[in-house]
Amino acid sequence: MIAFQNVSKIYNGNVDGNGHSSALMEVTFQIQPKEFVSLVGRSGAGKSTILNLLTGELKPSKGRVIFGAYEVNKLSYQELPHLRRHIGVIFQDFRLLPNRNSYENIAFALEACGYNQADIDELVPQALEMVGLKDKAYNFPHELSGGEKQRVAIARAMIHRPEVIMADEPTGNLDPFNKWEIIKLLGKINELGTTVILATHDKEIVNNLGRRVITLDSGRIVLDEEKGKFVLV
Amino acid sequence: MFTIIYRIIKYGFQQFSRNSLLSAATVAVMVMALIVLLGINIFSFLTDNTLAVLKDKIDISVYFKTNAPEDEVLRVKRSLEGLPEVKQVEYISRDQALELFKANHKNDEDITQAIIELGENPLSASLNIKAFNPGQFATISTYLSNNSLAPIVEKISFYENKTVIDLLAKVIDTVQKAGTILAALLTLIAGLVVFNTIRLAIYSSREEIGIMRLVGASNLFVRGPYIVAGILYGIVAGLLSVLLTLPAVIFISPYVKIFIPEVNLQAHFFSNIHILILTQIGFGMILGVVSSYWAMRRYLKV
Repeated sequence: MIAFQNVSKIYNGNVDGNGHSSALMEVTFQIQPKEFVSLVGRSGAGKSTILNLLTGELKPSKGRVIFGAYEVNKLSYQELPHLRRHIGVIFQDFRLLPNRNSYENIAFALEACGYNQADIDELVPQALEMVGLKDKAYNFPHELSGGEKQRVAIARAMIHRPEVIMADEPTGNLDPFNKWEIIKLLGKINELGTTVILATHDKEIVNNLGRRVITLDSGRIVLDEEKGKFVLV
Repeated sequence: MFTIIYRIIKYGFQQFSRNSLLSAATVAVMVMALIVLLGINIFSFLTDNTLAVLKDKIDISVYFKTNAPEDEVLRVKRSLEGLPEVKQVEYISRDQALELFKANHKNDEDITQAIIELGENPLSASLNIKAFNPGQFATISTYLSNNSLAPIVEKISFYENKTVIDLLAKVIDTVQKAGTILAALLTLIAGLVVFNTIRLAIYSSREEIGIMRLVGASNLFVRGPYIVAGILYGIVAGLLSVLLTLPAVIFISPYVKIFIPEVNLQAHFFSNIHILILTQIGFGMILGVVSSYWAMRRYLKV
């Protein structure tokens, strides 16, 4: 289970006249296992901040971030890898390792988790097949299209069977055909029992999914609906 | 653990080979820094040997009166040899002095004739004294000026050569001090240049490091390959620095021999090449490892 309890994230800046800018204000919500949740809102609403707080990239200024047995806000840099092995992350800009081919990029997630070579040799081809990139196993990221890169990123995120997949605007850089391919893949992953958190501002995707939607505006949750729609606040 | 180490080494080699341009640039800078260090090493060898040769050429002589008994002179020799400052004492008897004089002037008829006409040996017995350090001649000279020796000692050459000996001792001291400071300074600069180059190389990989952390890699697993790459930079740069210095040593060695015949730079270089290679590689590896380790610290805080 994931829980945000009165979480605020305040950056030092100059937005509110006091030298601070708030990315999140007193946010509280829970996500149950196997849920598919969309986080929606304008740019700067706080979607990415929520995801970054969950991976421990950011520390909250106030409140608690819970992921299963972990209290994320209290983890040290040395403890964070253990948490992250339960999470798969997908980014708008793919973030593949540029000097490693598709196979190696996917295998890296397993190696980081300490899998043995025999398991890696078995699981990586399966993941490549699932995302339809069996013939691109030895291509480097610069030899792949945007859609292919994102599929490699999805394979990397799901290969170690994490409890949660977090996707931050995963379709932002893709054409409509690839966009729906990626959403279909995320749906398939969710059907297999993985929680999916999708941060997006794509109305079409959110309305088509018909799943839980948390709507954010200026760092606050303004709507949280079980079968939500994209609502511009 | 063995699997992790194997993977770290594998990725270290990949880091080195797949970023070939970056690796080449880093190795090139490291080679230059290591050549500077090797240059310091060679310079130190040359100055040390030159100074040793010069030091060895400095001695003082004490001349005894012609009527000084030989056993008295030998007693002085023995007491001098007991001094901690004295490296070597050579006794030249009156007869030996005459032989040397004759040998040196064998082509000079007038002098040879004068010696024969004189009928007796006019030369004094003497002791040539070498010290461990030119600065110690003053102490030895003071010892020889002792009143108890005054009846048999004719003169001590130290007082005639004092200015030259003092100057030389001062020059030697200054060269050694300046050499040490210069070497330390150049080593520091070379180290900083290498550190900065590796820092830039790691800066260019900062996103990659962040991705690895987000995928769940531990600090050891992220940092390890960069440390291995640092070791590889050091090994390659260490070897290249010796190989590139080799022709320069062969070229300058004959010129060094003209100035200081006792010093054979080329022979020294070749007889110590395994130590030089190991030192250069060792230094390169230390630079590579420390720089990589240090430069990565901030990027691991993700």
